[in-house]
Amino acid sequence: MEEVPQGCPGTGSAQAGRGASCQGCPNQRLCASGAGAAPDPAIEEIKEKMKTVKHKILVLSGKGGVGKSTFSAHLAHGLAEDENTQVALLDIDICGPSIPKIMGLEGEQFVEDNLGVMSVGFLLSSPDDAVIWRGPKKNGMIKQFLRDVDWGELDYLIVDTPPGTSDEHLSAVQYLSAARLDGAVIITTPQEVSLQDVRKEINFCHKVKVPIIGVVENMSVFVCPKCKKESQIFPPTTGGAEVMCQDLKIPLLGKVPLDPHIGKSCDKGQSFLTDAPASAAALAYRSIIQRIQEFCGHHQPKEEHLVGS
Amino acid sequence: MLRAQGRAVHQCDSGWVPVFVDQEQSISLMSVGFLLESPDEAVVWRGPKKNALIKQFVSDVAWGQLDYLVVDTPPGTSDEHMAAVEALRPYGPLGALVVTTPQAVSVGDVRRELTFCRKTGLQVVGIVENMSGFVCPHCTECTNVFSRGGGAELARLTGVPFLGSVPLDPELTRSLEEGRDFIRDFPQSPAFPALSSIAQKVLSEAPARLS
Repeated sequence: MEEVPQGCPGTGSAQAGRGASCQGCPNQRLCASGAGAAPDPAIEEIKEKMKTVKHKILVLSGKGGVGKSTFSAHLAHGLAEDENTQVALLDIDICGPSIPKIMGLEGEQFVEDNLGVMSVGFLLSSPDDAVIWRGPKKNGMIKQFLRDVDWGELDYLIVDTPPGTSDEHLSAVQYLSAARLDGAVIITTPQEVSLQDVRKEINFCHKVKVPIIGVVENMSVFVCPKCKKESQIFPPTTGGAEVMCQDLKIPLLGKVPLDPHIGKSCDKGQSFLTDAPASAAALAYRSIIQRIQEFCGHHQPKEEHLVGS
Repeated sequence: MLRAQGRAVHQCDSGWVPVFVDQEQSISLMSVGFLLESPDEAVVWRGPKKNALIKQFVSDVAWGQLDYLVVDTPPGTSDEHMAAVEALRPYGPLGALVVTTPQAVSVGDVRRELTFCRKTGLQVVGIVENMSGFVCPHCTECTNVFSRGGGAELARLTGVPFLGSVPLDPELTRSLEEGRDFIRDFPQSPAFPALSSIAQKVLSEAPARLS
């Protein structure tokens, strides 16, 4: 349901359907019967669906504009460069679905034979269409993406999220809870204002018991194309991600310099890794991707033996 | 960013008292940040709870006499945006300043934001293009780090005023982060002329546009 009464005690709480603010709510009888407290059957259905998916990675950021979708797209590109690796990228940024553009897709869902993409962006008929949905409707879409898309045999499912710690993140974690997420990669820029939100993101992961693969520091340093001198456009006033990761004992997967060509490649829907393979940024990306693969390799599922590696 | 971290929010007869960030008491601030026990605490709320807090921020804060209430929102077109529009609409006039960075990927999302404004009857005061170029402090070459021109192009396509471009300034970021007096340091920033001009346009045009 979309309109929840103020003071709703929560559909899973002991007061569900019984509180004073429940009077007049259309779901009152349902909640009072205890139906709200039962686990969503979709969780088991998704667990079944995810049996053919070896590794599931969540890409998070505290703030917007730190390069999370850019990173997700290039993580997908990098992993899919091995044609024997099946990769899918799921974009659950329902209101700002930029993955189709970054991947150069206008409705087709396969970038390569071994790299598929799903996004609400494909369901919109015009680039001006706005998805003005409240939480519950976004959650429903995410459930559909996970349960009803035929993912097939995948080595990696990468889930790109909007910034923050809200409905989309809770839903993704909840619906994938039985399917075992490998972990989360958190993207940041070097300055304290961004790191402050990353710490919240880390606390979110601890709260919902999602392992943290590590942190990526984006837009680390800028090299002037003319004089080749370095500048820090987003100054690491408190030591950047490096100090934060040391303090919190979380891996720093790598630092990516600010390269204007990255944005250009994304705007053209091309992989920066193939456009500028020898650039410092591409090398940084590749090293980070390798570390993520190593993390996933060390955390093979014990209970299922998956065929075809 | 406004050096108000750790300040407490007090109650008075008319509600929560917003926090003043400058000596002249010309700028006051309210944020969920003031209600957290620690700055690392994650606010893991679904839509309805966020909506309820936003309504409270509008109706239960003793804002007093204000010339302008500026509402900073997260990216997107969801609960927070709808809640803010619904809560503020009775108190008109209400308008939107839409911020983008120059590259096409950003503009692609901002087009949807403009549709949100149209559908909710929110008047668009104009578009601002942020992070528009970086002047190398060593050689003064300007590099378009996040591409260029997207904001102006979007304004032209959609018939919305283009208010201006704001360049990147690491010193401004540093000032905001190190708790220096940003309001005193800010006039030295290369971003200042751009932001000043945008502010002037809002001050002079907004009343006419929003009446």
